[in-house]
Amino acid sequence: MLNVQKIREDFPILNQKIHDKPLAYLDNGSTSQKPKVVIDAITNYYNWYNSNIHRGIHTLSEKATEAYENVRKIVADFIKAPDPEEIIFTRNATEAVNLVAYAWGRKNISTGDEILLTEMEHHSNLIPWQILAKEKKAVLRFIPITQNFTLDLDKIEDLITSKTKLVAVTQMSNVLGTINPVKKIAGLAHKAKALFLIDGAQGVPHSGIDVANVNCDFLAFTAHKMLGPTGVGVLYGKKKLLEEMDPFIAGGSMILEVWQDRATWNKVPYKYEAGTPNIADVIAFGEAIKYLQNIGMENVRNHEKELTAYALKKLCETEDLTIYGPKNPELQGGIISFNFSAKGGSDSVGIDIHPHDVGTIVDQEGVAIRAGHHCCQPLMRKLGIPGTARASFYIYNTKEEIDQLTFALGKVKEVFARL
Amino acid sequence: MSAIEDLYREIILDHYSSPRNRGELPAPALKIEGANPLCGDELVLYIEEKDGQIKQVKINTKGCSISQASASLMTEAIVGKKIEEIQKIIENFKDMMLKDGSFTPTVDLGDLEVLEGVKKYPVRIKCALLAWNTLIEGLKALQNHKKPEPVVME
Repeated sequence: MLNVQKIREDFPILNQKIHDKPLAYLDNGSTSQKPKVVIDAITNYYNWYNSNIHRGIHTLSEKATEAYENVRKIVADFIKAPDPEEIIFTRNATEAVNLVAYAWGRKNISTGDEILLTEMEHHSNLIPWQILAKEKKAVLRFIPITQNFTLDLDKIEDLITSKTKLVAVTQMSNVLGTINPVKKIAGLAHKAKALFLIDGAQGVPHSGIDVANVNCDFLAFTAHKMLGPTGVGVLYGKKKLLEEMDPFIAGGSMILEVWQDRATWNKVPYKYEAGTPNIADVIAFGEAIKYLQNIGMENVRNHEKELTAYALKKLCETEDLTIYGPKNPELQGGIISFNFSAKGGSDSVGIDIHPHDVGTIVDQEGVAIRAGHHCCQPLMRKLGIPGTARASFYIYNTKEEIDQLTFALGKVKEVFARL
Repeated sequence: MSAIEDLYREIILDHYSSPRNRGELPAPALKIEGANPLCGDELVLYIEEKDGQIKQVKINTKGCSISQASASLMTEAIVGKKIEEIQKIIENFKDMMLKDGSFTPTVDLGDLEVLEGVKKYPVRIKCALLAWNTLIEGLKALQNHKKPEPVVME
């Protein structure tokens, strides 16, 4: 059990009112809040040891370099990567996926090759592959979702063929909350000699990951959804693959020796970290991970499981509300997408309430949720809806905040009951 | 009236649940598309003009209550009117939605005034403006005798 009240004291932002109501921040799928230790790490760096890394001979530069490189070790330990040099810092998860699509994809994908994705991918794990496929005349295939909003595992074996070069799957859907069986899919991909990439943007913050155990070839995730600052993402890649790939972004730091007409590349991971990186935020990200490790990822997951079970129960009891997700806390992380319809009009047929209207009205009650297509337009099209309202939880959320959400949803009904 | 009731006035809800002038017009009526990609709102506007007067307007919309109601109210406000009159309505409507401080219309905006409540919700203003920006481009195309480009809101 988490001591949620104590945790909340570490997050100054949570203690405020929005439209005179206590803030219930239920938009963690978009970005999480940051504990004071993370915020302090940023100001501490700028106040006391701001300097460029891997360059200066002076004391401050050494200190900054050591702090930055130490986070590589912290990240490696957190995801159980065998070697910290397999950790590459990027701007975000999107850039991490793009890095693979460019540096690995351009070298290894050719005409007729297949890349297997799923119907529930975020645009960030779709568009980079679309561009690559178009350029190389490769083919994208998609693992379908079942009526239960889980991946149709029966179809996977037919979809992975000798032409499949890469399988790229989200660990947890940012819309449906569905937790995917990534270890099983990794096994199927490797059996077909395809590589396996995980988009861990949603999964890693809430259940962590053991890359050695799952045996993925690449993992992309982002700091800002796991208590860290914006502007820092991570690409984990198996060392051998990272060594074989060409650089993605070129410039300073990523070189070994440079002539006017040619250059040689620095070793991994520096080969992929051109230019001055986001030093302050990487250092602060280290504090975020330590914060999560102190709590324990199992406790994080259990707390969210409890909240999800409670929220699912409350939302299922709400009339005229449709949930898009497995509706089972064992298969679903702390993300619940839903839509509302209103009875009304003279013919009482009822109309759908647009998620943006839901979002505006619950905001008046102090509740922050996300509304829209969640960067998953193909999934929305498949579900035949313009978007969803989405509540997503984290370590500092409480059952009272879920009650506040359901109360606010009552207000939505009241507004549209005047139809 | 609470702020939220001020936003979701009954007229807005009424136009949302029973949109006016819904549908399509056959060629040679002008057809122009508008979209708000960030929120996924989309519409197609059809305008039939003769001798500087809008004879018929039809619109098909997908989106939130504000964007749909605004589109529906707009069709009622412009149908049968001269383009010069419509230009004045557009000008007044945009001033009402975008200018700071109190607003005094120079033409009778009728039911359109209920949309002023949207002003308190800056992220929703573009929902209300989508149909109008599409109309502005549509009228330009009519006057220049050009095929209209789709309107994409930022």
